[in-house]
Amino acid sequence: MKLYELIIIGAGPAGLTAGIYAARKKMDFIIITEDIGGMTKYSWDIENYLGYQFITGPELVEKFREHINEFNVEIREGQKVIEVLKDEENFKISTKTDTYFTKTIIIATGRRPKELNVKGEKEFRNKGITYCATCDAPLFRDKIVGVIGGGNSGLDAVLQLSRIAKKIYLIEIKDHLTGDFFVINKIKKIDKVEIFTNTKVVEIYGDKFVQGIKIIKNNEIIELKVDGLFVEIGSIPNSEIIDFVEKNQYNEIIVDCKNRTSHKGVFAAGDVTNVFAKQIIVACGEGAKAAISSFEYLKYL
Amino acid sequence: MEKKVIVYSTKTCPYCKLAKEFLKNNNIEFIDYDVGEDREKLEEMIKKSGQMGVPTIDIDGEIIVGFDKERLKQVLGI
Repeated sequence: MKLYELIIIGAGPAGLTAGIYAARKKMDFIIITEDIGGMTKYSWDIENYLGYQFITGPELVEKFREHINEFNVEIREGQKVIEVLKDEENFKISTKTDTYFTKTIIIATGRRPKELNVKGEKEFRNKGITYCATCDAPLFRDKIVGVIGGGNSGLDAVLQLSRIAKKIYLIEIKDHLTGDFFVINKIKKIDKVEIFTNTKVVEIYGDKFVQGIKIIKNNEIIELKVDGLFVEIGSIPNSEIIDFVEKNQYNEIIVDCKNRTSHKGVFAAGDVTNVFAKQIIVACGEGAKAAISSFEYLKYL
Repeated sequence: MEKKVIVYSTKTCPYCKLAKEFLKNNNIEFIDYDVGEDREKLEEMIKKSGQMGVPTIDIDGEIIVGFDKERLKQVLGI
């Protein structure tokens, strides 16, 4: 069985940058990933990635793809890694169909949107429930909608919807909205936005499509009729595939300044880690560091 | 014979843009409905696909939800 020097898991900004660095160092490696671009694809306006005053997520991902294709990098696209195991000094990586062996790993699996985990959520996905306000907000012209989550992404959804929907309920589980002060003030001035704090969503109901939600505020169940529901309650790290590295209380993989995890030979980069600032440009930098770190590590092995 | 291709999209959806670019690059003619503006077409899309995700692409009655490059290639025979 072939033993790689490095396997990179994930092909978002972190994984792809790691790939470019590893390719330039002529390492013997592959990238295993479900898709190219990760969560970057879902960003709409990107105005803080150096070199582009303005670019959309999908366009930036196409640039990433062109860049990585300059180097003959072997990308196993469409493969989901199920688990990473120790194999004596090396590591064994399993997907549904294949098994790979490698001396070092870079975990760059990123994050995924958090789900509400309430009754009706699975049933009505794409049938009124959406996790991408940028994509779907225009479908709700003159409709009544709910936005779950009072952080920045929830507030952003409310702003987008304020020009489209007839009525917007903003629902936050904490006792206050947690997004930027400036945006909160803006939203409080919009008449058609009704804000519920200290409020929990307990059920989404409907027929073929969403018709309403049940929420609890002050121990009282309230029913709100909505045609659409935008879930914007943050994200969680895709760190379940490995269980022998240390993680923090949020399940993020803990890395040091050289992107080393608690286990020798395992590196991690980008949003799956405890790195400060979950940003595209930060993830790129982290990916670069992880690749260099893996290269250095192999040199002295 | 050429297949009739209809794309139901919104202005802001990144995948709609990618899907339309993909069709253009492959010289596939298509009709594009902005379902953010056109209520009637939105209803039509929902009726056809039983859901509200965009892009929804109708190729001679075959419905593809999302930008699924492989399926598009397969259905279009390219």
